[in-house]
Amino acid sequence: MSDHSDHSGPSAGIIVCRDVHKWFGDLHVLRGIDMTVKAGEVVVIFGPSGSGKSTFIRTINRLEEHQRGEIFVDGIELTNDIRNIAAIRSEIGMVFQQFNLFPHLTALQNVTLGPIRVRKLARDRAEQQGMELLERVGIPEQAHKYPAQLSGGQQQRVAIARALAMQPKIMLFDEPTSALDPEMISEVLDVMRELAVSGMTMLCVTHEMGFARAVADRMVLFDEGCIVEEGPPPQIFEAPAHARTKQFLSQILH
Amino acid sequence: MTTPDSSMPPPAPAIGPVGWLRQNLFSTWYNALLTIVLVTLLVPLVALILRWILAEARWGVVTANLRLFLIGQYPFEEAWRIWLSLAVLSVLTGISAGIYGGATVRTLATWLAAGQVMLGALAAVSGLGSATTVALVANAAIVWAAFLAVRWRPRAMPRRLVGLGWLASIPISVILLQGIRGLPLPIVTSNLWGGLLLTFLLAIVGILLSFPFGVLLALGRRSGLPAVRVLSTAYIELIRGVPLVTILFMAAVMLPLFLPSNVRIDQVLRAMVGITLFSAAYVAENVRGGLQAIPPGQVEAAHAIGLNTLQTNRFIVLPQALRAVIPANVGLFISLLKDTTLVTIVGLLELLGIGRAVLAQPQWFGAQLEVYVFIAAVFFILCYTMSQASYRLETALGVGTR
Repeated sequence: MSDHSDHSGPSAGIIVCRDVHKWFGDLHVLRGIDMTVKAGEVVVIFGPSGSGKSTFIRTINRLEEHQRGEIFVDGIELTNDIRNIAAIRSEIGMVFQQFNLFPHLTALQNVTLGPIRVRKLARDRAEQQGMELLERVGIPEQAHKYPAQLSGGQQQRVAIARALAMQPKIMLFDEPTSALDPEMISEVLDVMRELAVSGMTMLCVTHEMGFARAVADRMVLFDEGCIVEEGPPPQIFEAPAHARTKQFLSQILH
Repeated sequence: MTTPDSSMPPPAPAIGPVGWLRQNLFSTWYNALLTIVLVTLLVPLVALILRWILAEARWGVVTANLRLFLIGQYPFEEAWRIWLSLAVLSVLTGISAGIYGGATVRTLATWLAAGQVMLGALAAVSGLGSATTVALVANAAIVWAAFLAVRWRPRAMPRRLVGLGWLASIPISVILLQGIRGLPLPIVTSNLWGGLLLTFLLAIVGILLSFPFGVLLALGRRSGLPAVRVLSTAYIELIRGVPLVTILFMAAVMLPLFLPSNVRIDQVLRAMVGITLFSAAYVAENVRGGLQAIPPGQVEAAHAIGLNTLQTNRFIVLPQALRAVIPANVGLFISLLKDTTLVTIVGLLELLGIGRAVLAQPQWFGAQLEVYVFIAAVFFILCYTMSQASYRLETALGVGTR
């Protein structure tokens, strides 16, 4: 466990996690995670399956509850207080492995639902903004189609637009390309790359090492609910400090 | 690559009636044998049935008692109030069909018009007086007139007004049917309501009220609040463990025992409450099935964009869950319609009860078959309408396609 006196205050980063623990029944899936993410930073989290990386980013917007430790997002502590949860969720966008688009709504309706119902934006204003976002992810012509009529890559881009429509300060990506056919991965990564360049704070769980090398400010290796090693991509790829990192990288880079 | 020019038309499907016969009825020797055996059996049977319907049946039992079958003992000189309520229903249905334009509402509108024309024709041959026929056929015309008027000037009818109209139609109908002190409408107590009128009222009220109640129960059963969950579960299991007849008896016989003697709850109202409470438990179980079919990722995604629990249910979970359970719910409502016949047991004379009362008259002794065939036909038309409308609704909402 690292010493966290160097990032003591919640103001030190836009996300501050201290000693976060989580159990599923008796299974100890997060064993004291300490992490601070600065505004604008792009962090890639990777590691073997079952290492707790998805669970960790899901605790940040309270899709999973942490049972020990503390999490601050933009200075707000994540507690059971429903107002804090709502405030934090309004600052965080999330993109899921399985897209999780709403199948009974068109692409545009998926994107405008949050702004209209949560931000109380007027419908025409929300639709205008929604179309701009669909243009930004490159599929304005699919606006009136239903998710089932779109390819996986298109669906994931709609999902990114849907998350961006809430104008979040932070984006969480939970293996956004794992469920995609190979030829569709790059179109999603391109959108994510642009987002990173635009200064968005991003936490990505992904095994796309090319993306990590090009975009990430920091890479974090999870294993068995702990952070094994973290550092900038060149250090992780060229000079990993831990044998576990070397072994895992050799497994996924072939 | 195939260009549009080089594509070929499909092979001609039709090969004439002889070809059709050969393909479908005489394709193999055993198929041919089966066809011949079935035809020799069916032809005499159909002939027998047709002869009975056209020549032997004493349909006089239906025509002579049509007034009873339609409205029970409702005073005939006040029957215009029923036709007027139906006219309100006709206007609203026609307007809704015009505004929403979906196949579902149009199917319902078509059948409402057709049903009233059929009843009008029946009234004409039964000598119920031309006024009844005119009223019913005029109602059917009103459905189409309202539909066409809205189609012609869609902007003239704001949707909100139609919704208000539907809400207002229930108290308006009740006031019209029952009458109210202070208005020049004589009170017609509900123990005089009967026949098709009562069947229709029980079914519509039961369906309209049990649906929202059942959805709330289903949500309650999955609620995170233990008290709500336990109460909902207990209610659903209790009601589902008891036959409808028992509930109707409780409502009719036991309830008055627990109430002060000066409080009298209307007998029809009690039956309506009993049917609604019963049906709601079954709606809840259907809807729960739909709710369970929604992947958890949907709720997570809704929470992630900031929707609260209420909004998540309203915009994400329920729209998907309810459309998945349309077929099951329509099946439930069809059996609800048929279960309204059970209110005979507590002394209400709905369509079947009237049938039995009619058969008790000495001059119609032995006409059971005619009466029951007529009642069965009426129920069939009502149920068939509902199932057709639900097929349209399924197609329109794309059940199973997305």
